Amino acid sequence: MRIGLFVTCLTDTLFPETGKAAVMVLERLGHQVEFPVTQSCCGQMHFNTGYRREAVPMVRGFAAAFAGYEAIVTPSASCAAMVREYHPVLAEGDARLAGDVASITPRVYDLSTFLTGVLGVTDVGAYFPHRVTYHPTCHSLRLLRVGDAPLRLLRGVRGLELVDLPDAETCCGFGGTFAVKNPDVSAAMCADKVAAIRQSRAEVVCAGDNSCLMHIGGALSRMRTGVRTMHLAEILASGDAA
Amino acid sequence: MSAAREEILARIRAAAGPAAAPAEVDAAYAALPRPYRRAHHDPSATDVVALFAERAADYRAVVQRVTEGELPAAVAAAVAPLASVLIPDGLPEEWLAKLPPGADLVRDEPPLSATGLDQISGVVTGCAVAIAETGTIILDHGPAQGRRALTLVPDFHLVVVRAGQVAADIADALARLDPARPHTLISGPSATSDIELIRVEGVHGPRNLHILIASLSQ
Amino acid sequence: MPTYLGMPAFPQAAKKAVADSQLRRNLTHATTAIRTKRAKAVGELDDWEQLRQTAKAIKDHTLANLGTYLPRLEENVTKAGGRVHWARDAAEANAIVTDLVRQAGADKVVKVKSMATQETGLNEALAAAGIAAIETDLAELIVQLGHDRPSHILVPAIHRNRAEIGELFRRTMDDAPAGLTDDPPRLTAAARQHLRSEFLAATVGISGANFAIAGTGSLVVVESEGNGRMCLTLPDTLISVVGIEKVLPSWRDLEVFLALLPRSSTAERMNPYTTIWSGVTPGDGPQDFHLVLLDNGRTDTLADATGRQALRCIRCSACLNVCPVYERTGGHAYGSPYPGPIGAILSPQLRGVGSAIDASLPFASSLCGACYEVCPVAINIPEVLVEQRARSVADGQKHYSERIVFGASGYVLRSPRRLAAAQRVASFGRHLAGRSGRIRRLPPPLSAWTDTRDAPAPPPESFRAWWARTRGTGQ
Repeated sequence: MRIGLFVTCLTDTLFPETGKAAVMVLERLGHQVEFPVTQSCCGQMHFNTGYRREAVPMVRGFAAAFAGYEAIVTPSASCAAMVREYHPVLAEGDARLAGDVASITPRVYDLSTFLTGVLGVTDVGAYFPHRVTYHPTCHSLRLLRVGDAPLRLLRGVRGLELVDLPDAETCCGFGGTFAVKNPDVSAAMCADKVAAIRQSRAEVVCAGDNSCLMHIGGALSRMRTGVRTMHLAEILASGDAA
Repeated sequence: MSAAREEILARIRAAAGPAAAPAEVDAAYAALPRPYRRAHHDPSATDVVALFAERAADYRAVVQRVTEGELPAAVAAAVAPLASVLIPDGLPEEWLAKLPPGADLVRDEPPLSATGLDQISGVVTGCAVAIAETGTIILDHGPAQGRRALTLVPDFHLVVVRAGQVAADIADALARLDPARPHTLISGPSATSDIELIRVEGVHGPRNLHILIASLSQ
Repeated sequence: MPTYLGMPAFPQAAKKAVADSQLRRNLTHATTAIRTKRAKAVGELDDWEQLRQTAKAIKDHTLANLGTYLPRLEENVTKAGGRVHWARDAAEANAIVTDLVRQAGADKVVKVKSMATQETGLNEALAAAGIAAIETDLAELIVQLGHDRPSHILVPAIHRNRAEIGELFRRTMDDAPAGLTDDPPRLTAAARQHLRSEFLAATVGISGANFAIAGTGSLVVVESEGNGRMCLTLPDTLISVVGIEKVLPSWRDLEVFLALLPRSSTAERMNPYTTIWSGVTPGDGPQDFHLVLLDNGRTDTLADATGRQALRCIRCSACLNVCPVYERTGGHAYGSPYPGPIGAILSPQLRGVGSAIDASLPFASSLCGACYEVCPVAINIPEVLVEQRARSVADGQKHYSERIVFGASGYVLRSPRRLAAAQRVASFGRHLAGRSGRIRRLPPPLSAWTDTRDAPAPPPESFRAWWARTRGTGQ
């Protein structure tokens, strides 16, 4: 299978380890991964803040960069959701683009659904002997609907102790520009998410979106909680292959 | 025709397009798919009367199941503590057969004032239909039920439900009613959760709801 | 709608609310309790999703055909002995009602809770005309006695705890029993006693309606306390103010909506009392009935292809109870009788976006989607919010400096070459982080981030730079 990695602008710029981890996991499972260099951004931040016109070129760029790949895998559930749900909306009015988008969107997956749904695996040969709790990001939960795929993958990691996160489905308060436009409410929501994480007694909080992890992790470190964040891909890439 | 009416209808036309022909609208309405259940408990497989009794009791109404033969004694026992009892027009005389001879029975003839109703301790009525799924009683204020104020102002309401009046669910119950009549759906005595979300029973409607379910045999 | 004059934009109002520890506690307690109960009530019906989709379809069909259903409603209400009036806006509705009350010769009316009349500011208009409007819902009574504003659709006094309510009753209710405590049953009993004399003497009742059945001319009022029944049946004159979007085509549709509303709102299989009436019934209840149909911005909302779905709302308030933003700010911060997620999309559509608060409401959301998930009529609130944001941005008067930032970032993000160049520049920023690998402070406007969170230090090498270095230029 020809897999194209959509690394996402955020992970590309600030969290390259996540991208490297995604590549490692897929290659460890025997697949070849390509990184089309003409990729850039899915346009989610602009679209969600109301800047539709600015997002359209990104839709175009995505469709062009990934044409011809059997599967496009991304370590960001929110970006996968953006492409699948909203690239068609942004392409309305341009028949050619709409056609390109329609052919490409069914092949876009976040890492967790690609591994469990397409490859049918839950044990990716990872070893991570730590206590971990999982935060289901809103877009992965409600828009992309990844279900329990991430949890099944985490359960397949040797040595990993998975603990429940209280009120897991409550939004962490990132919401893109919401974090900056409504900073007080965003911080209040984050405070409660941090409190829930502390209650779980986890060492590591894991999620499938670096955007939420950046927000939660920023608060965890500001408060010197000693709890760290880690992207699902990086946990799955951990340990030796044995 | 008022200017306001015309303007609002004009705005609607501008917003949603000109009104289609009524037959077309009705056809589109009739074609709407309805994939939901008509009854959440299959009436042919469920004892709907028992379900009704259980669900009505959940609301803290007093619920009693009796046979037709036991009904007059049950009515008498239920109203015994009341100083006065309001009897609506058309209430079957048999239901009152066991009441003590000196019982203060009041009729709404001539119609009582609101203050007059407030002096009466309780009221006995029948009902139009009951809903098992939700434990609801529906009054259509016809014979044996009285006008709406009669079951609103007195603090005690005794309702007699016949087994045959129990519908499995909302759809069936509504289908048995005549929309032209006024209706009151009652599911337990009144309540409020406005203070700190703590449910407090008994606000303005009757604080005591007593339901007698009469079936042919126990 | 009442202007709530000088209401600040949401972020400012929210800032204050978020710091109010009593409000936070009350809201968390209330919304958590309702959520849990509601999940159980909804979970009992295995066809909840089918009911929901049917309700959505019925509402969409009705809204698309309001031009047929409203005249049909009018015809059937009239045939049943009622009178129908049409009000284009709040002022007209208030004038019609005031006039009707005067014609009935009353200087006092009893009211059942009606959001439509809150929206029009009816009580204030009546007061200006020398008519006292007595709110009879316990929570509305609490709000009225406290000269306050409702903060929730279903439990409007949720921002008050029992101690505050007890103090309020003792201070403002002349007939409050001596030594009235803060015990909720006692407080409720005090309210019952206080209002009973009003009910029994009332000559004019004012209500709204949950549903208006076009096919039969019937109105439906769903309630719990019995004050609805009191106001709808004891007075001789009844005036109901109903938004035009409350119409349903036929009697049969109640089997869907009466299944959805009680479970979705109060988390019960059925609410204590529902009153259904058509026009006038001789010898039973009001002999003089008036229906006032209210537009007040609804036709504007109807004209918006995306925003129109907000008119499906049956006012259950489930969205408020799951919203993490509402839970932390309460209803007052939304500056509208309609708060929470539905308020964020309805208020700006009904009122327009001219005020600071209405312009800010589309942004008062993290787009988490919990509201859409619970809405019994499947209103896609996040979709409408994003659409409203696009409108806001398209309005050339607003977001001046933000527009520059988003224009510039869009320019960079759509080009892999420019993105790579920007990444190389950004990587210098890692020196702001020092040994911790975290940046503690960023300049405005990003200081809004670092006020409460650390920011990650940019890595020495972006992913694409690493790929180019280790694997060649790509494919």
